[in-house]
Amino acid sequence: MSDTLVEIKNLAKSYTRGDQDVPVLRDITLNIDRGDFISLMGPSGSGKSTLLNLIAGIDKPTGGMLRIDGEDISKLSEGELADWRASNIGFIFQFYNLMPVLTAYENVELPLLLTNLSRSERRERIEMTLNMVGLSDRMNHYPNELSGGQQQRVAIARAIVTDPTILVCDEPTGDLDKQSASDVLNMLKELNNTLGKTIIMVTHDAHAAEAAKRIVHLEKGELLDEGM
Amino acid sequence: MYYLKLIFKNVFRAKLRTALTVTGLVVAIVAFGLLQTVVDAWFAGANSASSARLVTRNAISLVFSMPTYYRERMRSIDGVKTVSYSQWFGGIYKEPSNFFPQFAVDHNNYFDLYPEFLIKPDELLAFKRDRQGAIVGRKLADQFGWKVGDVIPIRGTIFSGNWQFTIRAIFDGRDETTLTRQFFMHWDYINESVKKRFPRRGDQIGVFNILINDPSRAADISKAIDAEFRNSLAETLTETEKAFQLGFVAQSEAIVVAIRVVSFVVIFIIMAVVANTMAMTARERIAEYATLKVLGFSPGYVAALIFGEAMVLAFFGAGIGILLTFPMASGFANSPAGAAFASFAVSASTVWLQVACAVAVGVIAALVPGWRSARVKIVDGLRHVG
Ligand SMILES: Nc1ncnc2c1ncn2[C@@H]1O[C@H](COP(=O)(O)OP(=O)(O)OP(=O)(O)O)[C@@H](O)[C@H]1O
Ligand SMILES: [Mg+2]
Repeated sequence: MSDTLVEIKNLAKSYTRGDQDVPVLRDITLNIDRGDFISLMGPSGSGKSTLLNLIAGIDKPTGGMLRIDGEDISKLSEGELADWRASNIGFIFQFYNLMPVLTAYENVELPLLLTNLSRSERRERIEMTLNMVGLSDRMNHYPNELSGGQQQRVAIARAIVTDPTILVCDEPTGDLDKQSASDVLNMLKELNNTLGKTIIMVTHDAHAAEAAKRIVHLEKGELLDEGM
Repeated sequence: MYYLKLIFKNVFRAKLRTALTVTGLVVAIVAFGLLQTVVDAWFAGANSASSARLVTRNAISLVFSMPTYYRERMRSIDGVKTVSYSQWFGGIYKEPSNFFPQFAVDHNNYFDLYPEFLIKPDELLAFKRDRQGAIVGRKLADQFGWKVGDVIPIRGTIFSGNWQFTIRAIFDGRDETTLTRQFFMHWDYINESVKKRFPRRGDQIGVFNILINDPSRAADISKAIDAEFRNSLAETLTETEKAFQLGFVAQSEAIVVAIRVVSFVVIFIIMAVVANTMAMTARERIAEYATLKVLGFSPGYVAALIFGEAMVLAFFGAGIGILLTFPMASGFANSPAGAAFASFAVSASTVWLQVACAVAVGVIAALVPGWRSARVKIVDGLRHVG
């Protein structure tokens, strides 16, 4: 029983450089089911991040259709898109993108500030989430007091604390050593399996890609036939 | 709440940069405050001048004098209560840099016109009795450590020769706007000596100081006095003491304007410095701001973070600067240079101007970086990472 969460049809994205149109994505058609875990692979510059950013609603397509959970997000205004992201998307970056002046706890609290949860409700959620990523004892540490793997776990906690439908990860293990990378991948698998989060992960690393249920290849802005 | 926490944490992130920026702001706010106070002090003399007093001078210019016998004719004019006179002496005490105003006055009634000079009756009497006596203001006496009885040598410039005066009285000001840095001597004593040497220069006076019955009639009485001497050898120009002082100030208006301009230039410069700090800060944090936007924070929130940070800088700079302005001003007031001013006090309006400048600095410094950071597209912002 397939329940399509992300519907992408003839999606195109091009950037204008000077007065030239530079196509980055061409005619992408792809469906992603609810609860899927998908890896986006491809050489550098193939447009992986661009596609991910479109799905995450932080960039806008120049053509085609992009519907998520029934909603055509390419039609949303900037403000609506921001609200939509806040409740539907958890973003995990290669370089963690934590606020260096905030503790692990405060970083995880950030997205909750846009909800109307009370202080104590927030506390409960944050503690639970940090516990899930195994950082209960590091709550009051600043990012520069944490290892790369620990920082990425804080970032994962920040991404899931609002209980979003989709997790988008842009090379989440790209900056980590083997052990930390495998910890992070296991955590993502866990989130996919137990909480049913739909995960879309960009990666260079074939080994990392194997964590996913499905692998999609991009090359020069076009999707190749799926290998599995 | 959280917003403030984030702002404060960000402010103290680059401690050295923040310290330097705040220091610059403090210096600018203090400099601005002191320069404004100089301008205030400049006008203070005129503001404290009594409108019940008129000053009559030669219509051509202050450097020309009038015959002393004019006094009798002035006395007969309706509304005139007392007529006295004074003459700029312009001597040098030891060094030209020791400058202070010296006036040769009619010892009999000059001080009747100036109740704001508080003189002990017995000292005033002693002054009147000693042809070589002098009355000096408290600030001046303190500056040179003079006491009653001291003999002060003064080298004449307008009235050549080496003169000696004995201090018979030291007067205090009624309030802090009263100038107490003058030196008064007997005009009679000077005049006699002048007459002996240059008979034609005798019995000539620089200005008449006139006390009138009714300040509201100052304009009419001034006209009547000038009419009395129309077509005389020395025509007169009479105005209120305040107008006379302001005329003096007006002569130095270019300087006052320059001081004003400089004080605002200082603010303008610090505005550029703070704007630069904010621009640098915002540029370094492009990726962080983009991340906030990814999480769903609005561009306005990002702009508000930058704006708030600039305001915190401005707040600290202004706060410390205003607090420092007071001791600095009183330090200057007690220095020889500051002694030239009757009062050198930081006014409430100066403090408000300092606050206004700080707010303007904060707002304007945040304008461009705030606007730019709010507008940066998320994907472009994120590309700044690593
Ligand atoms: N804002 C932009 N303006 C112009 N060109 C852009 C912009 N963003 C991306 N591109 C171009 O689009 C193409 C795809 O970029 P993208 O970042 O999606 O690649 P990627 O597959 O994620 O590569 P990498 O593996 O190196 O991260 C590149 O050629 C890039 O130069
Ligand atoms: Mg990429």
